[in-house]
Amino acid sequence: MLLPAEPRVSRTRRFAGPVVFLAFGLVDILAFGRAHGSATLAFTPEFAKVTVPNLTLPASLTSIVCGALTLLLAAARLTDVLGLVRVGSPRATRRWRQIALGLVLFLFVLALLCWSDASQSSSGQQAIPINIVNLLQGSLSQSIPIMLGAITGVICSRSGVINIAIEGQLLLGAFVAALATTATGSLWVGLICGALAGCLVGGLLAVFAIAYVVDQVVLGVVLNGLVLGVTGYLYNSLMVPYSSTLNNPATFNPVKIPLIGDIPILGPVFFDSSPFLYITYAVLLMVSFGLFKTRWGLRTRAVGEHPVAADTVGIRVLALRYRNVIAAGLIAGVGGAYFTIGSVGSFGIDMTSGEGYIALAAMIFGRYTPVGALLAALLFGFTTELQSVLSSINVPIQSNLLLMTPYVVTIVVVAGLVGKVRGPKAEGVPYVKS
Amino acid sequence: MTQPTPSAEPAPPGEPAPPPTGRPARDSEARSFGRNFLSALVEGNTVTVTFLAIVTAAVVGGLLSAFTDPTVLHAQAGDVIPRAWAAISATYVALFEGSIVNPHTLQALFQQASLPTALHDGYVSAVFRPLSETCVAATPLILAGLAVAVPYQAGMFNIGGQSQIIGGMIFAVWLGFDVSMPPFVHVVVCVAGGFAGGAVLGWLAGEIKARTGAHEVIVTIMLNYVMEYFLNFLLNSPSLLEAPGSNPVTPSIAADAHLPHLFGPSLRLNVGFLIALACAFGVWWLMNRTTTGFEFRAVGASASAARVAGMRVERSWALVMLIAGGLAGLAGASIVQGTDFAVNTSNYGSYGIDAITVALLGRGKPGGVVWAGLLFGALNAASGLMQSAANTPPQMVEVLESVVVLFIAAPPLIRTMFRLRATRAGGVGTTMSRGWNA
Repeated sequence: MLLPAEPRVSRTRRFAGPVVFLAFGLVDILAFGRAHGSATLAFTPEFAKVTVPNLTLPASLTSIVCGALTLLLAAARLTDVLGLVRVGSPRATRRWRQIALGLVLFLFVLALLCWSDASQSSSGQQAIPINIVNLLQGSLSQSIPIMLGAITGVICSRSGVINIAIEGQLLLGAFVAALATTATGSLWVGLICGALAGCLVGGLLAVFAIAYVVDQVVLGVVLNGLVLGVTGYLYNSLMVPYSSTLNNPATFNPVKIPLIGDIPILGPVFFDSSPFLYITYAVLLMVSFGLFKTRWGLRTRAVGEHPVAADTVGIRVLALRYRNVIAAGLIAGVGGAYFTIGSVGSFGIDMTSGEGYIALAAMIFGRYTPVGALLAALLFGFTTELQSVLSSINVPIQSNLLLMTPYVVTIVVVAGLVGKVRGPKAEGVPYVKS
Repeated sequence: MTQPTPSAEPAPPGEPAPPPTGRPARDSEARSFGRNFLSALVEGNTVTVTFLAIVTAAVVGGLLSAFTDPTVLHAQAGDVIPRAWAAISATYVALFEGSIVNPHTLQALFQQASLPTALHDGYVSAVFRPLSETCVAATPLILAGLAVAVPYQAGMFNIGGQSQIIGGMIFAVWLGFDVSMPPFVHVVVCVAGGFAGGAVLGWLAGEIKARTGAHEVIVTIMLNYVMEYFLNFLLNSPSLLEAPGSNPVTPSIAADAHLPHLFGPSLRLNVGFLIALACAFGVWWLMNRTTTGFEFRAVGASASAARVAGMRVERSWALVMLIAGGLAGLAGASIVQGTDFAVNTSNYGSYGIDAITVALLGRGKPGGVVWAGLLFGALNAASGLMQSAANTPPQMVEVLESVVVLFIAAPPLIRTMFRLRATRAGGVGTTMSRGWNA
């Protein structure tokens, strides 16, 4: 090749990992280590059959221990960066880095919880313990639409189509689900209609992106605007005047799975929730298995990486892209339905409030894999839930700064904390047979 | 991410420039003007496609307003069409009266005895008020639209308009209420502060892309949220930007930091509009008449080719985003200093996203952005009257905007719908995309 090599990423970037870890460790020790008294963490939800005793920790000591462990991890990461130790294959190195990042975040959250429970401004009474089970349960429900949206994004990206219209799919899904549930009185009909609404947006995306080769980033943003406008318009002109007949849906009740729903801690968190969570499990299993273990998955990934080669071996590239983008819309549509019939009921203008964009970030954060996207979505859901829990117990922390953190973390991650995230090669490139 | 039209790409030196769009091609000068005009019309060039896209959007919007109107929904079978027509015409009459001129004010003006009394009693300004409001609404749209258009020509997509507008607003409002300066200097310093505030955020996204290869779309989307929460944080901290009282709003800026009105206090039209026009001209000059602009466009056409030619691609990315951020920051300053005079949690509005549609309708060119900004400004200015007079929800504006842009982005669709021929040269190229990794 005569082309000059791509300029090497700056040497300082390699130190981003250790430096970020160091910063987390210092915050753990210097900020949270100053807490006075003890923190109580509760692990039993109300009305549970089996109770788990509360855990009381000395706040200051716990934070300092967390910080020290984080500093150790930072040192380990530094030796890794400097090449002092070899952990084996690059794949194994990456796995260790991911685990280290997870540990650092966990220790940070633990220190934060201890600090906030110890320093809540309780007016004289006993401090309220932070209920970990409720916190996790809430995080999981907060992340349902983000998870489903991100999985939709993964399928589309893997087939070579950038889907920024996840936001629009969620919003239309929410709107149609509320409308259909109120009109027919059946939650399941509403859910199916919501899913089909996601398909409709997916279909528009597919037609314009594949047949009319429109720039897909632009297209996604425009479709989001269109859905926002249409749903807002119909909301104002139809749902407001006829709210009882068009926008008054019932909502799904939580379903507890017998036996495993009673397991302490795990049961209430994972197996006592709305059907949407179980749908998410099923979708996750199906998509993970489908993408990496089936013929469909192999073909999809081939179409997203190298459509010419895929075409050469007889895969119908455009047909597969159409099918995948439209079918993936179903998933996001269900995610959208969660906003109305899964949680609050009636529809409101722009009620998805940008979660589709967060799903997009979760997809990239999760390296275009369903499981990774799911974990990243959980991070966003957890921060939102944590913020609402902390503000309910009067912790002296700026909620806006806390809400800001997942976005900053995403920038740091995308900018290379866990290595360069590489998307499918043909993502966003229309395939035109020549 | 790509050039909207082939003519936007840098023409290689030595070759004749492609014929200007909308006019007959150069090789057919022998034929009569009328015939050329006709052939240009059916060829589906830029102007025709844009016009047809707007007409199509108007039809879609009309149908939407007709079939959601309660009187139409409750009409008898034979009565549907007249009532639907009444609903559509009410909507579009309100749109015209709210954005261009209201015949009632014109009538009132002509009933006045003499011009001086009419001037004095405000009848003249009443006639021009809709136009003034259109320009006022267009000002931030044009500036933010330029902030999308410049990176667009350089092969980047700036969704971070919102963060950059907020950055500009924070600087402009802080300089406006917390610093006292001589009258004229104060305005200039605040406007410059707005530019700097946006430029910092734009530069950040560009620099991150240049240094780490992180895609600017993700970084700018994330920055939007970061700045939204940061603004909320500032507005809820009395020691920072919060005004005394319980509302999350900043103190009002000093009167000498207001952008001066152009035609007296009764019309809101202010110097901000002139700044927007000047910026559009400046962007045109930068992109088409300077080496830097040529480098930007070369990087946009092909980053690797530009690198081979010895251009510093990474520097261009950072610089383009800095300029774009600054322009969006000016949009923020024009809101703070021109109309609102304070910052609350919502007056950055949806300009960041609207700017994308403006830039796409304007095909990434400064002149086009001005026209597109005026068109969408007119829609925004009229949305209030559409709501009160014709009962049309304000989201009509969003629907019209996105339908226009959807059709603009897919010229083959418009050609198929209206059976236009493909262009020979200089027409609308299909917007091919190059994807994330390009």
